Amino acid sequence: MAGAIQDLTTVRQSTRPRRATEEGPLTRWTLTLLSAGFFTAFLLLPLGAVFAEGLRRGAGLYFRTFTDPATLDAIKLTLFTASIAVPANTLFGVAAAWAITRFEFRGKHFLSTLIDLPLWVSPVIAGLVYVLLFGSQGVLGPWLKAHHWRIIYATPGIVIATVFVTFPFVARGLIPLMQAQGSAEEEAALTLGARGWQVFLRVTLPKIKWGLLYGIILANARAMGEFGAVSVVSGHIRGLTNTVPLQIEILYNEYAFSAAFALASLLSLLALVTLGVKSYVEWRARQQLEQSQS
Amino acid sequence: MNRRQSLPSPLRNLLVIAALFALSTGAKAAELLNISYDPTREFYTEYNAGFAKYWKAKSGQEVTVQQSHGGSGKQARAVIDGLEADVVTLALANDIDAIAQNGLLPTDWQARFPNNSAPYTSTIVFLVRKGNPRGIKDWNDLVQPGIAVITPNPKTSGGARWNYLAAWAYAEQTLGKDKAKEFVGKLYKNVPVLDSGARGSTTTFVQRGMGDVLIAWENEAYLALKEFGADKFEIVTPSLSILAEPPVAVVESVAIRHGTLALAQAYLRYLYSQEGQEIAGKHFYRPRDPKAAAKYAGQFGNVTLVTIDDIFGGWKKAQTTHFADGGVFDQIYAR
Repeated sequence: MAGAIQDLTTVRQSTRPRRATEEGPLTRWTLTLLSAGFFTAFLLLPLGAVFAEGLRRGAGLYFRTFTDPATLDAIKLTLFTASIAVPANTLFGVAAAWAITRFEFRGKHFLSTLIDLPLWVSPVIAGLVYVLLFGSQGVLGPWLKAHHWRIIYATPGIVIATVFVTFPFVARGLIPLMQAQGSAEEEAALTLGARGWQVFLRVTLPKIKWGLLYGIILANARAMGEFGAVSVVSGHIRGLTNTVPLQIEILYNEYAFSAAFALASLLSLLALVTLGVKSYVEWRARQQLEQSQS
Repeated sequence: MNRRQSLPSPLRNLLVIAALFALSTGAKAAELLNISYDPTREFYTEYNAGFAKYWKAKSGQEVTVQQSHGGSGKQARAVIDGLEADVVTLALANDIDAIAQNGLLPTDWQARFPNNSAPYTSTIVFLVRKGNPRGIKDWNDLVQPGIAVITPNPKTSGGARWNYLAAWAYAEQTLGKDKAKEFVGKLYKNVPVLDSGARGSTTTFVQRGMGDVLIAWENEAYLALKEFGADKFEIVTPSLSILAEPPVAVVESVAIRHGTLALAQAYLRYLYSQEGQEIAGKHFYRPRDPKAAAKYAGQFGNVTLVTIDDIFGGWKKAQTTHFADGGVFDQIYAR
């Protein structure tokens, strides 16, 4: 009996009959080559070109880019903007995901649709909305002017626009995770006498931490890379209201191509690091999800 | 314990935001914001340094001039929407008129400084690839089939409006009044892409290698030649072009609020000084001052210049006829 099974496996290995779900080698190879070619042409080549162009006139000029005061100011503004937008949206995202997955209330579907709004609105429109709201000709413009408050064409406007475009990332990362996990542990903690905050910090947060981190990383990458919405509300004042993506455009338009690409390579590096960390975190998040399901 | 300390982070963020508002509301003394158009970047960078030195020697006060550049119409729009410019140095009077119509500066602003408030002039020329492979010599070569012409969008770019009007003026003067619309229509049929500003068009032509000819500000064309080498491009000066007078103005309502009125006026007045005119000439603008003009005359080609008042009856009329919604440009470009 045992020998018969062995024989059968040997036969199977030698002839390798194709499974019904498996495609023929021609289809497989075509598909693989096609996607690899696409990947190279549309992702790897441009990314490589960014670094090559940045370094074309030598490493000295490459690093001198990062000593230019206007460029440094742009980097500072970008970091500052992200340092407000990301925590703000982390807070909001956790709150929204909590509300949507743990409670039943009227308008719940509407709220979860609303969270996605920044993903389907073009960033230009997001920027223009704030111009219409806070601009001199806008709804709140005269009041702001009377109180000497500057929102658009200044840092607050850039922060607000960035908060808008990074809005969905944390909530979107958490909602499926929290839905899958359910709330059994939280209920157990409550019956054992834990308070609301204690439940959140000691039970929920450890459960969702990888999913949360995943959302934060994505939100951060978007916050630092956003161009459209920020461009509309920036006013492009050198050293004051230019973020890194805007500064890249300015350098490019000033024929400082090496500097533009050097700065662009910094952003690309951020993207690559994000990708690396993201893959790791994604893997951990999936593990967490599988644990909760088993 | 640690956890509890990390709790009030929303509060901390609120404080940071509040501090931020406080910071951005107090205007610091001796700071000017100059909102300008696209091709003046290099010129004003040098001029600002020159003015800061002059002002320090004269008054003992340090001054920093902040710059912002973009399509002239777009920049005017931003000032109207609340970008707090102390001075505007734009591509054409109409854009400053638009700001004046919104009450930010007096409507007679053009009388506040000499020469219609235009301290330097320029004109419109062509930039072609080295050796002029398509044999472009004048405006009529641009309407030939198969020639790709690069010029920005007249709706957003001041330079683009000058380009358009220069072509129109040429057609009117050489072919007759009734042929102008057809001529300009043919020209814009040859335009594959309309960038939003003059600098965008220059990079499209120079860096991306699109098109056979770039219609450009004279100073922009010479700057591109300087940046990329005379071995790659050459300038073609047409037989007839338009006298472009890029004007300057103090945005009085803003400057008064900032307490920078006198400084802003001095800043613009210094453009007319010997040094200001020298810097303008150096950056390929045509200086008003005869001495500086004579010094830099050699660098420019020979061209008959017509004015917007002669051909179009002034900016207001040109604007409403040609560039307003449904105007001649819309009719031409829609077809």
